[in-house]
Amino acid sequence: MSAPGTATSLSIVLTGSGGAGVMTAGQTLLEAATSCGLYGLMTRSTGPQIRGGEAAAMLRLSTQPVQCPGDKFDILLALDFENIQRFAAELPLDAKSVIIADPADGDMPAFLKASGATAGYIEMKKLAKAVPGGRVSMVALGALARLIGLPEAAIVEAVAASLGRKKPEAVKASEQAVLLGAANAPALSIPKLATPISNSTGRWSFTGNEITGFGVLKGGVRFVAGYPITPATEILEWLAHAIPQCGGEMVQAEDELASINMIIGASFGGAPAMTATAGPGLSLMTESLGLAVASETPLVVVDVMRSGPSTGIATKSEQSDLNIAVYGMHGDAPHVVTAPLSVSDCLLTAQWSAHLAESMQTPVIMLSDQSIGQARVVVDKPADIRFETKRLTPTEPIQDYARYALTESGVSPMSIPGMAGGQYTADGLTHNVKGTPSSQAQDHIAQMDKRRRKIEAFDYGAHWADIDGEGELAVITWGSSTQPIREGAARARAEGVGVKLIALRLISPPQPKLLAEALKGVKRALVIEQSHSGQFWRYLRAFYDLDIEVTPIPQPGPLPIRPGEALAYIRKGAQA
Amino acid sequence: MNMIPTPAREFKPADFKSSVKPVWCPGCGDHSVLVAFQRAMAELALPPEQVAVVSGIGCSSRMPAYTNCYGFHGVHGRSLALATGLKVARPDLTVIVASGDGDGFSIGGNHFLHACRRNLDVTYIVMDNRIYGMTKGQPSPTTEPDWDTAISPGGTGVSPFHPLVIALASGANFIARGFTGNIGHCARLIVEAVRTPGFSFVQLLSPCVTFREDQQRVWRNVVHEAMVPETDDPARAARRLMTDDGFNLGVLYRGARAPYQPRPLANLDPSHFESEFAI
Repeated sequence: MSAPGTATSLSIVLTGSGGAGVMTAGQTLLEAATSCGLYGLMTRSTGPQIRGGEAAAMLRLSTQPVQCPGDKFDILLALDFENIQRFAAELPLDAKSVIIADPADGDMPAFLKASGATAGYIEMKKLAKAVPGGRVSMVALGALARLIGLPEAAIVEAVAASLGRKKPEAVKASEQAVLLGAANAPALSIPKLATPISNSTGRWSFTGNEITGFGVLKGGVRFVAGYPITPATEILEWLAHAIPQCGGEMVQAEDELASINMIIGASFGGAPAMTATAGPGLSLMTESLGLAVASETPLVVVDVMRSGPSTGIATKSEQSDLNIAVYGMHGDAPHVVTAPLSVSDCLLTAQWSAHLAESMQTPVIMLSDQSIGQARVVVDKPADIRFETKRLTPTEPIQDYARYALTESGVSPMSIPGMAGGQYTADGLTHNVKGTPSSQAQDHIAQMDKRRRKIEAFDYGAHWADIDGEGELAVITWGSSTQPIREGAARARAEGVGVKLIALRLISPPQPKLLAEALKGVKRALVIEQSHSGQFWRYLRAFYDLDIEVTPIPQPGPLPIRPGEALAYIRKGAQA
Repeated sequence: MNMIPTPAREFKPADFKSSVKPVWCPGCGDHSVLVAFQRAMAELALPPEQVAVVSGIGCSSRMPAYTNCYGFHGVHGRSLALATGLKVARPDLTVIVASGDGDGFSIGGNHFLHACRRNLDVTYIVMDNRIYGMTKGQPSPTTEPDWDTAISPGGTGVSPFHPLVIALASGANFIARGFTGNIGHCARLIVEAVRTPGFSFVQLLSPCVTFREDQQRVWRNVVHEAMVPETDDPARAARRLMTDDGFNLGVLYRGARAPYQPRPLANLDPSHFESEFAI
């Protein structure tokens, strides 16, 4: 191995057609890099095909924790050129980038040539054929490892770990292929990664969806029902194996209408409950979300957003379900909407969402999205945060029970089937304090007041937003847009531009007093979000008195907001 | 929370009655279903707090609030899904679902198929009057094709749905039919349905006195006790239900399929899963 490198961060994209093993290779590279003490992020982009579609594994390896893609790719490793043009917009490259390709794949597509990137060639397919059972992706990883200064042994170790050490011949073949790739690495000038001093001890590796499952489990959820949908299914899959080990159950429902009603039923029965879905599923669930509001049944719905409307782009991200999450229900239906601010933050926000649902006996919609849900990060072990999650129940023996008693907090003791004297009928009909259906104006208004009171009077504490930095310019954002803006803001500050970042984790109910407090001294604000119509900006305009100059910057999906773009917005905003 | 059933409590039908006055028309068959339900619960000696009555929307779905049990009056068509979540989370409860021909067979049709297929230990009572009563007289999936209404002038021209055949084909473990003109028999069927493990489907012909004026009189004359005893043979039951005139009363099928009931495997603390994420 050559001398230790100096690069603190490298962005690498692996592309290829179906069956080329792009995702597996990306995962192997991430594992190898993190075993050497690096931090990392891997996001995925795929076509709509079930098998055999084009795929891109996008990695960012760094000596510092990373939670969003970089501005451009330093290295593009093309296992082949088939359909690569479909990713053109997702593959920013420049003259400093390098492209590693197989000469057997012929001429480089025009958009790659136009990027000005330097190309280096290695006969990946031919070399792989020379090894019995050798894979092209392993040859490619060997070459890549040599070029970026990762020990080839780390790649082989990662392969062995993923094969479970059960297939010694396959591991041997991979090792040979990796070594062959390394020996034949093209002569390209790439800054090698600095060898970190620390090792990976104590770090965690997870996807946003997996850690969301862990978060709700930590938050007390013990019943899950769900219907498969991209890009949310991994939450259900993670919980399907975990929740029965923690005293709970999981049911695969026949559709989303069923999954939302199943969790209402389970929660009514006393089990904290959740489901996970995406936009089309959330659309189907909205009627019954209203039932959960009216019947005051706690539950969590995680919406892993994708590009809409309708089927949209099922595999790619967008923050465009804010409107339906906030306003989707008919009638006046106060409820809670939250959003994780990064892949890691899915843990805290999911756990908090379960806590909020149980504490207020309300549905909570958590707006995650594909860009964080299906991204994998390697980070330091997250803080072990605990909430006192306890549903308010009546004291036994129960006498003259009124399920929907008008309390000061708006939260009334909720009896659980089995409690003698606590019998009531939960109802979507307007009801009186006992739960008895009523069409009288005073009952309607008293119950609406109560339901609004419990949501608005609740003390959400410091988690409502992440705020950092100072300046006359602020960026207000939410959810997954936060991380690239955080990075862009840090770069702006390094240039001497003061900027305050306000990232909302609590979308609804609005917190106008807290935001006004946060905006003290701020003269101009940028509202950056990933939607076409500026849903978040319009939401802010509706509920917050922003008597400062506000510039909406809505950027539709599926392309991620990159830190450099955020930096450019901030620079421009600071000059205004 | 007291989850342990108290031994040897005795109950009267009145113990299962709430003080809420039904919205049903005088003479509606659903009143009789309510009485039959109360008698059945008393006979089963189930403490009211151990019983949950779940429903959707429609005349029949008003049932829960008229009982002294735990109840859930949810949205249109989704009662079986809600009951599924409740029963999976709380297998100790007796879960009864009250529905109608519109709620259960039209808007809730898909859940009907999957509830039968899942075969959870739940009792599904459908009050069938072959009409949408709450919305004032539109044809339901069991309405005769020539029934003339404002929304379907001259009739729908569409053959009625055969819920019992569909229940059998989808995997229901107990299938019975009753007529609300005989409350004692309806109560008997509910008792049998609750006692039989798995998904029990009870169709109760429950005349609508407002939008199907002659229904009560006609049905009283045509209903008859099943000619042959109940069977546990699905093939025999299929033939029987396919040739059924719709007025054959009694237990028509009782299988022995094991109910679905997912159960926790362990009771570990979630921190157990930290090791999955640690490198």
